[in-house]
Amino acid sequence: MSDNPFSLWVYLSQSPLLWLTVTLMVYATVDAVSLATHRHPLANPVLHSIWIVGLFLLLTGTPYSTYFAGAQFVHFLLGPATVALAIPLYENRKMVVVAILPMLVALVVGSIVAIVSIVVLAQLAGLPHAVILSLAPKSVTAGVAMGIAESLGADPSLAAVAVVLTGIIGAIIVTPLMNGTGIADFRARGFAAGLAAHGIGTARAFQVDALAGVFSGIAMGLNALVTSLLVPLAIMLLLR
Amino acid sequence: MIASFGLILLCQLVGEMFVRAVRLPMPGPVIGLVLLLLLLFARDRFALLARGPLRAEGVAHASRGMLANLSLLFIPAGVGVVQKLDLLAEHGVAIMIILAISVAVTLLATAATFLAVSRLMARGREQS
Repeated sequence: MSDNPFSLWVYLSQSPLLWLTVTLMVYATVDAVSLATHRHPLANPVLHSIWIVGLFLLLTGTPYSTYFAGAQFVHFLLGPATVALAIPLYENRKMVVVAILPMLVALVVGSIVAIVSIVVLAQLAGLPHAVILSLAPKSVTAGVAMGIAESLGADPSLAAVAVVLTGIIGAIIVTPLMNGTGIADFRARGFAAGLAAHGIGTARAFQVDALAGVFSGIAMGLNALVTSLLVPLAIMLLLR
Repeated sequence: MIASFGLILLCQLVGEMFVRAVRLPMPGPVIGLVLLLLLLFARDRFALLARGPLRAEGVAHASRGMLANLSLLFIPAGVGVVQKLDLLAEHGVAIMIILAISVAVTLLATAATFLAVSRLMARGREQS
């Protein structure tokens, strides 16, 4: 045993092992709770994992960069998971072909609403210009939004936070909102979840219904494309 | 399992190379998705390709495992919120409110458009 009880902590807190373990264990616990509540919208696994891990970092005084050195192995899988969406798409290809026209129209309308609403509202709320630029790509998946923010000269890490917040809000409100407005078509519900709330919305959609998950995944992929084209245009037209 | 994961990474790698070569303003993994889809369709046409990770349940099994835990993958980026606490203390309430309104409006506009177009199509089919 070492003489100094702190030396073990010094070693652990700097190694990727500890933070990767913390991320996986917290998620596994929170996900089990979510399952026990029958996937209640408020028991969102992303939301609760984030505040628990974040609190742990603050209490131990660990910088985010040290945490990320371990957690990056999980973060990396966002890319392969996007590729993996090909599988549900392939398995449900017949349903998808039938709905191709509603999807394309909803994609264009939804994309424009997502960007214009956030830019206009942020201006009305009097947020600083730099913050508005980081919020604009909020409805696409983290990697893409960070790329868009960077190309606008905005803060990519703030864009990533806005993306995750958007995803959590979307995942929590989508089920009550759709039930409340009487929208029962799981294709429409899933497509809306993936468009507005990217991967976190898609994760939620897969929890509710497999077909909703498929349409959500398609919307997320298509919106990544459309939003990266539309955001620079919207910023030019709406922000002066 | 390993071969299937390798195939997924290979699709992403080709996708990243493609978007950089052509300077497309879109993420590489989205091209990777299209590529994997094309490979699966090609496998159905040509029995020769149906081996290794492209066997009946190969790559599908690996993908389902990853998609079942999609939520987990957003945690590292989300924890980045600890770096933004001062900004959130200043503008947090306004940001949360406008994000919530924007998400709700986007969800409703998208779902309503989807339903409206599919009903129009259904009506068109009935009349023809």
